[in-house]
Amino acid sequence: MNGQPIRRWLDNRNALGILFMFPAAAILVVFLTYPLGLGVWLGFTDAKVGRGGEWIGIENYQWLWEDSVFRLSIFNTFLYTVVASVIKFGLGLWLALLLNRRLPFKSFLRAIVLLPFIVPTVLSAIAFWWIYDAQFSVVSWALVKLGVIDEYINFLGEPHLARASTIAANVWRGVPFVAICLLAGLQTISPTLYEAAAIDGATPWQQFRNVTLPMLSPIIAVVMTFSVLFTFTDFQLIWVLTRGGPINSTHLMATLSFQRAIPGGALGEGAAIATAMIPFLLAAILFSYFGLQRRRWQQGGRDS
Amino acid sequence: MASVSLKHVRKSFGRTEVVHDVDIAIEDGEFVVLVGPSGCGKSTLLRMIAGLEEITSGEIHIGELLVNTVAPKQRDIAMVFQNYALYPHMTVFGNMAFSMKLAGCGKREQRERVGEAARILGLEAYLDRYPRQLSGGQRQRVAMGRAIVRKPQVFLFDEPLSNLDAKLRVQMRTEIRELHQRLKTTSIYVTHDQIEAMTMADKIVVMNGGHVEQIGSPLELYDFPANLFVAGFIGSPAMNFLDGILVTTPMGRGVRIAPDSIVSIESTREPDGRQVVLGVRPEHLMIKESQSAGMAANDAAGIEAEVIVTEPTGADTQIFCRVAGKEVVAISRQRHLFPAATRIRLAAQSGKTCLFDSDTGQRL
Repeated sequence: MNGQPIRRWLDNRNALGILFMFPAAAILVVFLTYPLGLGVWLGFTDAKVGRGGEWIGIENYQWLWEDSVFRLSIFNTFLYTVVASVIKFGLGLWLALLLNRRLPFKSFLRAIVLLPFIVPTVLSAIAFWWIYDAQFSVVSWALVKLGVIDEYINFLGEPHLARASTIAANVWRGVPFVAICLLAGLQTISPTLYEAAAIDGATPWQQFRNVTLPMLSPIIAVVMTFSVLFTFTDFQLIWVLTRGGPINSTHLMATLSFQRAIPGGALGEGAAIATAMIPFLLAAILFSYFGLQRRRWQQGGRDS
Repeated sequence: MASVSLKHVRKSFGRTEVVHDVDIAIEDGEFVVLVGPSGCGKSTLLRMIAGLEEITSGEIHIGELLVNTVAPKQRDIAMVFQNYALYPHMTVFGNMAFSMKLAGCGKREQRERVGEAARILGLEAYLDRYPRQLSGGQRQRVAMGRAIVRKPQVFLFDEPLSNLDAKLRVQMRTEIRELHQRLKTTSIYVTHDQIEAMTMADKIVVMNGGHVEQIGSPLELYDFPANLFVAGFIGSPAMNFLDGILVTTPMGRGVRIAPDSIVSIESTREPDGRQVVLGVRPEHLMIKESQSAGMAANDAAGIEAEVIVTEPTGADTQIFCRVAGKEVVAISRQRHLFPAATRIRLAAQSGKTCLFDSDTGQRL
């Protein structure tokens, strides 16, 4: 008779549902909600490493608003994200279109394209560090030997060059993701559509414009949202290559946040910078949410 | 409108040749059906005419123009695909107007011509819909509309009805046929369904294994098949084939199928004793009488048969029987209902049989 109430409780659909949801909810709370909440809260305190902070309201944000380095990091982050994403999209689409053709060693080539994606970021960042090194750069060496330039290029030593170099490294790393996703999208487009378009009199460019691009747009929206989010929050690559230098010219919000919080010890201020990224990310997500909504032509219909 | 002619056309994929030396002449305004089992090369042939596949050798003319190396869009053709190949992101109007948009036609002309095609096909109410929102038959009509608005020299149809259900298929068959009578545009239609071929075609091209087996009007193919393949492919239920030997009896020439089963035939130049295959259409097999009435055992005229099953369809009755170890179908207007294993005698209507060489399969 003792087990009766428990058994009845287990027979209840809602009770059972809550029971099954509990582990997943616990993981979300412990590993996502709590750190996020703690981060936001820390942003409103003057916590330092080794000393719990006091609530100081929006003082951190007022202070950051006046901080030219913080403003520069916002500018850098936007520059980095926009330029890298546009190039990744262009290169990725081009690669996907190439790989979608009938090529010899097609699967081998596709595997090679994925390589930058599977190498750990830190490893590839270190490789780029060597490529960009002021004294040992293989690029400079090759250009000097070819007689194009007279002296080694200081890739990471000058603000504009450093920005371009970090963007190039990010593009190298991000292109495979874009290319492979778009390739998957291209393969879902029925070849007879191109045949129909060819008979309708479309040139290859018109086929691309009127068939490929519109059919690919839902996938482009997904891929570019992810790509923008990853690029906006990029940390590893910059930290290994430049640590934000020279003269903060490559500092992104993520790297500045880390630098202020951990090596600098100003936990509250670092948390405030990280929290400041949230509105921008939300905007990107909202943009993609509306961009991702099913197009009218994808809705309705009984079959296929 | 234009005639289409194929001369010595061949197609190889790598080292395998899939279309062997095909010659077809299609007159201006004709409705020609290419029919054959799957993999016989009929679709490849159509795609070669459309310009979607290259021709390995030979010549294809559309009208006066040699089109071997002409791009699809310059061949002045329109094609209806099996899966319709509608652009899913364009409305019905957009789909139908796409070719005109590419050609730089004005909005007004686009509206006029699409409107005209939509009126013919009964699509006026659907011009703003997307393909997903249409039923199979409506999509099929849009695909045809897309072809019509271009006013091409030649329509090409690649199994356009095979994705539709049986009832709709019959209806669309008639619609396509009506459309052709109205527009009188040369049409080439590919199907694996011999009934579609028989009911729609002015001229049927039967293909098998990359070869053209026979070209002719539907009834020509039905009455005078050139070989065993055509005889077996055209007609449903299929023609009955019986192995036998040519003999001469007091009543005239005949084919002996079994010791006491002889089918009399019209005169033939072939000598007695020759091995042949006798072909009889089910509706030309008549039931003489039931053998129970103690008839003379040496009455050799007719075929001895054992009933397997009878299937009344209402209009007629199909009688499946076994003759000399082979299954044979007879169709009778009378409502015979024989129990299984009844022994009956069948006779073939004189003048309605075909003789084939048992080695080559060619008609004698």
